Amino acid sequence: MSYYEKLLKYKNADFAFCGKISEQIIKNILDKEILSQKDFLLLLSPKARPYLELIAKKAQKITRQFFGKNILLYAPIYVANFCMNGCAYCSFSSNNKIKREILSLEQVESEAKALSALGIRHMVLVCGESSNTSIEYLANCVKILSKYFYSISLEVYPLDTGVYKKLFALGADGVTIYQEVYDEEIYGQVHLRGPKTNYLLRLDAPERACKAGARNINIGPLLGLNDPVKEIFSAAMHIKYLEGKYPDIDFSLSFPRIKSNAGNFTPKYPLDDKTFVHIMLACRIFLPRAGITLSTRESAYMRDNILPLCITKMSAQASTKVGGYSISKEDTGQFENEDRRSVEEIKNQIYGLGYQPVFKDWLHL
Amino acid sequence: MQDCLNIGGRQIRSRLIIGSGKYPSNAILGKAIEESRAEVVTVALRRVNLDTKEDNILNFISKDKILMPNTSGAKTADEAVRIARLCKAAGYGNWIKIEVVNDAKYLLPDNEETIKAAEVLAKEGFYVFPYMYPDIISARKLKAAGACSIMPLGAPIGTNKGLLTKEFVRMIINETDLPVIVDAGLGRPSDAAICMEMGCAAVMVNTAIASSPDPVEMAKAFALAVEAGRKAYLADFGGISDQAKASSPLTGFLN
Repeated sequence: MSYYEKLLKYKNADFAFCGKISEQIIKNILDKEILSQKDFLLLLSPKARPYLELIAKKAQKITRQFFGKNILLYAPIYVANFCMNGCAYCSFSSNNKIKREILSLEQVESEAKALSALGIRHMVLVCGESSNTSIEYLANCVKILSKYFYSISLEVYPLDTGVYKKLFALGADGVTIYQEVYDEEIYGQVHLRGPKTNYLLRLDAPERACKAGARNINIGPLLGLNDPVKEIFSAAMHIKYLEGKYPDIDFSLSFPRIKSNAGNFTPKYPLDDKTFVHIMLACRIFLPRAGITLSTRESAYMRDNILPLCITKMSAQASTKVGGYSISKEDTGQFENEDRRSVEEIKNQIYGLGYQPVFKDWLHL
Repeated sequence: MQDCLNIGGRQIRSRLIIGSGKYPSNAILGKAIEESRAEVVTVALRRVNLDTKEDNILNFISKDKILMPNTSGAKTADEAVRIARLCKAAGYGNWIKIEVVNDAKYLLPDNEETIKAAEVLAKEGFYVFPYMYPDIISARKLKAAGACSIMPLGAPIGTNKGLLTKEFVRMIINETDLPVIVDAGLGRPSDAAICMEMGCAAVMVNTAIASSPDPVEMAKAFALAVEAGRKAYLADFGGISDQAKASSPLTGFLN
């Protein structure tokens, strides 16, 4: 059984039909502790937009109850931008003429030192998919990074269960993998070349990581490629599916919106701020125990305002460049960071909002 | 004579134990602890960050408090044991609150793994405080494993739902001679008072205080409730009758 079988059932669902929505119906949904799929769709519906304030209040209450006023801070380290995939929206796509780099292991250590010196203790290891970033290379990276960080999440190409196990044994503890787009047809249209054309291999990667003993899994769709309601519904149901099968693992959801990139890709479904916030709040209420992650793709203004509503984890002073903390001066990241504040500035802002930034939430055993 | 709780080789006056997660800042946590008059504070080792003074939770807990490190994050007995050993090696004393949770949705403790960890750690000289699902069979096994207390949940962690497990906690109080400390789920000071009235040795509170808009005032309220409940328990209750007792009974003329 794979999530794919569940997903097929939603394939022909009429997402536009959500039934009647009124203030009372929304209030009734918000009074429930456990929402049905229909409740979730009603909350996600654009017709629920007039009741966004009510939805936000409930989302905030749930977040404070289950996560307290704590925000975990993390940052990525990009170790390589070589990639054999042709993803229409990605700067690292193989047909984009950018400077291709891979960090030597000494450089990985230099990046780890520079990032940990900022106070960051939870990190994400990111790379493209190529023969340069072999399993052995990733294993060596994890060995080095585990000296500096308490939590290492792998945001790399889909791996098999055995390889995930190997990397967890060396010190990694989580996996971040975005399906990009759950709609299989659109997936085929935007993933033009390379191993990433294999939709199922990617879709089942989070489950393989669960089987391998991951402590935490972060998933999400790349918003802009398809109708956001359909995509968020599919991603949230993906978490529901995984939560049911792997109750000991912490799951979280990301909401990356497509920003400018080297290929000048124009998203077919650009996401406005209201819809963006609306879908995050609906997910918080539908998945009260799941983490919600917000990256520096979003502006400081957006991050500061949405933080008290539903966020549990944020990146800080993130560089999406290979060697961006200690080596590269080039401005060729995977995507543009809108929030360019330093860790210190973000930390002070979080305190200013009445929340506590958390730098360490795990330890090496 | 002062009413003290003898536990874990120590004598404590306050029967309110404070958790240290979810607070808006370590400074507010520090104030809440002081105002609660609690003498015991639980700390998750996973959150202890020695990098900076501001981020190090231990700098906000006064030295006269007893630290009860917990094994938060452990999903197996083995992980709990390893975290406990790290706590001891770091010099955080020999009290350990065992938390083994492998259910990320409801955060319920795994009694079986908790018993295994308790057995190992008690043999290593720890005073073991096991957080458990209130089941009397497990409570007996924990006692046999060497635990110095039983910490049944009142409701799932973080829910503030109160003492949903009242009857099962009552059984544990009646059937074991270890101090019973209700941990998790207590949402209001009145919940804490009920636990104390029932004969719990102490209660442990975190979310209800930390998630209040005014954690410091809520900490004071819990301190008062715990004290009131304990005094009521010691004073003992008058009987409860199903029928009214008239002040002029029908057969009064016979007296």
